Amino acid sequence: MRTSALFLLAVASAFAAENDSLLIQNVTIHPVTSADIANGSVLIVDGKIAAIGTKLSARGAKVYDGKGLHLYPGLINAGTNVGLSEISSIRDTVDLDEIGVFNPQLKAEVAFNPSSEHVQIVRASGITTVLSLPSSSGEEFSSAADAPIIPGQAALMHLNGWTWEDMGLKRGAALDMLFPVIPSVPRREPAAGTPPRTYTELEREYKVKLEQIANFFEDARRYAQAKAAGKPDFQPDPKLEAMIPVIEGKRPILVRAGKERAIKDAIEFAEKEKVKIIIANPHDIGGTAELLARHGIPVVLGETLTLPLKEDDPYDSQYALPAHLFKAGVKFCFATFDVEFARNLPFQAAAAVAFDLPKDEALKAVTIRAAEIFGVADQIGSIEKGKLADLILTDGDPLEATTSIKAEFIAGKSVSLESRHTRLYDRWKDRP
Amino acid sequence: MRPALLFIALALTARAETILIRNATVLTVTKGTIQNGGVLIQDGKVAAVGKNLTAPAGATIVDGTGKFVSPGLIDCHSHTAVEGSVNEGSLSDSSMVNIADVLDPSDINIYRALAGGLTVSNVLHGSANAIGGQTIVIKLRWGRPAKDLIFEGAKPGIKFALGENPKRQGYPPDFFSALAQERRYPGTRLGVEDEIREDFTQAKIYQTKWKLYNEGLARGEHPIPPRRDLRLEPLVEVLEGKRYVHAHSYRADEILALIRTADEMGFKIRTFQHVLEGYKVAKEIAAHGAGASTFSDWYGYKYEVIDATPYNAAIMTRKGVVVSLNSDSDELQRHLNWDAAKVVRYGGLTPDEALAMVTINPAKQLGIDDKVGSIEPGKSADLVLYDKHPLSNYSKVLKVWIDGHQYFDLSQDLKDREKLVARKKELGDKEKADEEAAKKKADAEKKESDRKEGRPANNEAKPTNNDAKPTNNDAKPTNNEAKPTAPPTKDKANPNKDEADEPTQPKPTEKGAL
Repeated sequence: MRTSALFLLAVASAFAAENDSLLIQNVTIHPVTSADIANGSVLIVDGKIAAIGTKLSARGAKVYDGKGLHLYPGLINAGTNVGLSEISSIRDTVDLDEIGVFNPQLKAEVAFNPSSEHVQIVRASGITTVLSLPSSSGEEFSSAADAPIIPGQAALMHLNGWTWEDMGLKRGAALDMLFPVIPSVPRREPAAGTPPRTYTELEREYKVKLEQIANFFEDARRYAQAKAAGKPDFQPDPKLEAMIPVIEGKRPILVRAGKERAIKDAIEFAEKEKVKIIIANPHDIGGTAELLARHGIPVVLGETLTLPLKEDDPYDSQYALPAHLFKAGVKFCFATFDVEFARNLPFQAAAAVAFDLPKDEALKAVTIRAAEIFGVADQIGSIEKGKLADLILTDGDPLEATTSIKAEFIAGKSVSLESRHTRLYDRWKDRP
Repeated sequence: MRPALLFIALALTARAETILIRNATVLTVTKGTIQNGGVLIQDGKVAAVGKNLTAPAGATIVDGTGKFVSPGLIDCHSHTAVEGSVNEGSLSDSSMVNIADVLDPSDINIYRALAGGLTVSNVLHGSANAIGGQTIVIKLRWGRPAKDLIFEGAKPGIKFALGENPKRQGYPPDFFSALAQERRYPGTRLGVEDEIREDFTQAKIYQTKWKLYNEGLARGEHPIPPRRDLRLEPLVEVLEGKRYVHAHSYRADEILALIRTADEMGFKIRTFQHVLEGYKVAKEIAAHGAGASTFSDWYGYKYEVIDATPYNAAIMTRKGVVVSLNSDSDELQRHLNWDAAKVVRYGGLTPDEALAMVTINPAKQLGIDDKVGSIEPGKSADLVLYDKHPLSNYSKVLKVWIDGHQYFDLSQDLKDREKLVARKKELGDKEKADEEAAKKKADAEKKESDRKEGRPANNEAKPTNNDAKPTNNDAKPTNNEAKPTAPPTKDKANPNKDEADEPTQPKPTEKGAL
């Protein structure tokens, strides 16, 4: 493993110029969107896939002979805090969850730390692109009165580059949103001095929040009208400005909705406001699969490897959720909604296969489906001519933990598979 | 809720019978892999392993064609089945408390873990105290009372903790606002090292008092017996080798310091738990004879894991340490086989070495490797049947036996959940019907009294809707484990819940949150 990484470095340094080309040959190509190609070759020119075939040759191109290896598109983790959070328990290293209820103007990419250790660690698992979210919340909305509803914009980031500008594949890929819910009755006693809250109170607060959302979107629409009117006394407002692509349906809203009721509410909200939504991190979806399919609303799934929500749920209720959505005809991709376990995305997908999701669908759900859902299927997500050369070379199925990632390319550039973790290994394994 | 689940459990718990699993790939762990092999189970034990086994009369045949059999998986670090808090929050040395006293056999996570092939767990206290309390090893005999969970003949243990967690209560007030409380010694790693030395110094004095007393008795004298000390007794057991020490630890310095304290005081560390920097002092751990029970790939959740690397298990293994992979999590314990597969990726260990880390190696660490941890004649019939090789992330557990009893069966589970759905519907329908009947009755009575008193009929004013009643499903606090407001227990994602040990919550009362 170490030796192959060194070999790659040699290859990488050999084609530093932008317009250099690279021929990866003798590999089994898994394009994801079409049939596998045995003994195939892929030609990369200027960072893009220029040709795919079985008998390619290219004069002047560097050749990478991948005999016996498999070539897959780079994987996409469609929901993480990579780049924005280093050590989750140390606040100084975390740039998530800004103060304020509506912050659509906040952009994840501007605080994406290209030197974060997580960038190298996550890409070593074959993940070439992540969606970085400005909020740490899973799917559940906090019931606090000042809890964020719109924490900001999420960015699709390539896991290679010198600056966040280099790495930004699609900025403003989605508007992050935490949909209000009526919180469950807490098991523990409320803190001393706070009176117990009744369902009626909680329901009232929830309705107030729904109204706040409706008002905010109404403000955004009026702002857009005022801007379009082009009067000289028009006053720009960064918050409302950031909402224009949303109300025009150009920027989808990634709605964190964990439970059936929030999902239904979110769909109703999307219908009413005529906005595009993506449901994120659902776990207790009840009977909403058909509803999602009927409305053509895609889903970004959270971790498959998570406990059932209710004590009397089937033990495999979360393992089987992806297969359930697939059977209902819902389009979905996988994500982890964290940092420290973002690299385990492929195993989240594999677990769903153990519980009846077809294997090729699992692979699609960590590649092309994510690209489709976030509107970048013309650039990434499969091995097709004209797309960016985001590729991984493996000795087997990339969703299996026993498989090793042997080489990786992001936009045609060979990236190192080293990380803090391998460096510690290299340093300490030979301690006398 | 509980009765319904227990009903499922009891339905699954058949009598120990003679069973022959045949035509399977048998992963014995200690004696290689047998293709088209069989395992004969008799009287709760493995009676025979090999090819061409013949079934005794009356044996149940399990066709293992295309399937895989492994030993039951063993988790060397668990908090499952602990009722309430895992930390006794008072003293830095709370060695008098015992997990065995708070076992909850109806914890649904026992069943969920079984469904993932887990059969044995080392159930520990949390890590808020330098010495947390007495621990026990259990078998996941779902449906049995608490006393039946305890692994017969497994040596009990005691939980130690080093590093950030045990020193937190010694921080200045408001350092962690959540822990604003009176400071408690120790507040540094220096103090944690000292705390353990002080405790064992006292334990040795206590041990000597009893020795002198007993010698006096033997001489025919009438000495005054020492006052019993329930805190020091388990530490004396440690000194006498009757109780294993399982030490939560992260950094190399604290690991080495505890080894030296143990050397000085004359006891052994049985396992270092978590031990994410174990790779830096693998030589010293191996020389001491301790095992290392670690995470496959956890990192980044707190400062003391800054030098975590998933290559830890590989380095320690190659330097002669017996390594196991543990869960410390109600979730992760459900698929330790998938977790084990990661050591093949990180460090290139073999599939056999990987599987050993969740079977025979934890068995060795817990001193139960003569009974469980591999498929060998004479060992307990703790077995798992999978549809694919258990190191494949696509594999699924089909059946699980403990002592030859079948405790999990996928097809039975599927049938039982249908029954549960039907039963819930029945109860729901009955509730609805009862409500309707009560309403009808009330209406009739009202009409009758109105008629008697000559009031006009009025059907609208009745306050039949009590809107203070929680109407959504989630509002009912039926679930003891999953936090009602923060769904699927993701003990790792939240920094304050990164491991079941963490005492960063305001009140360390919630299991799984500590």
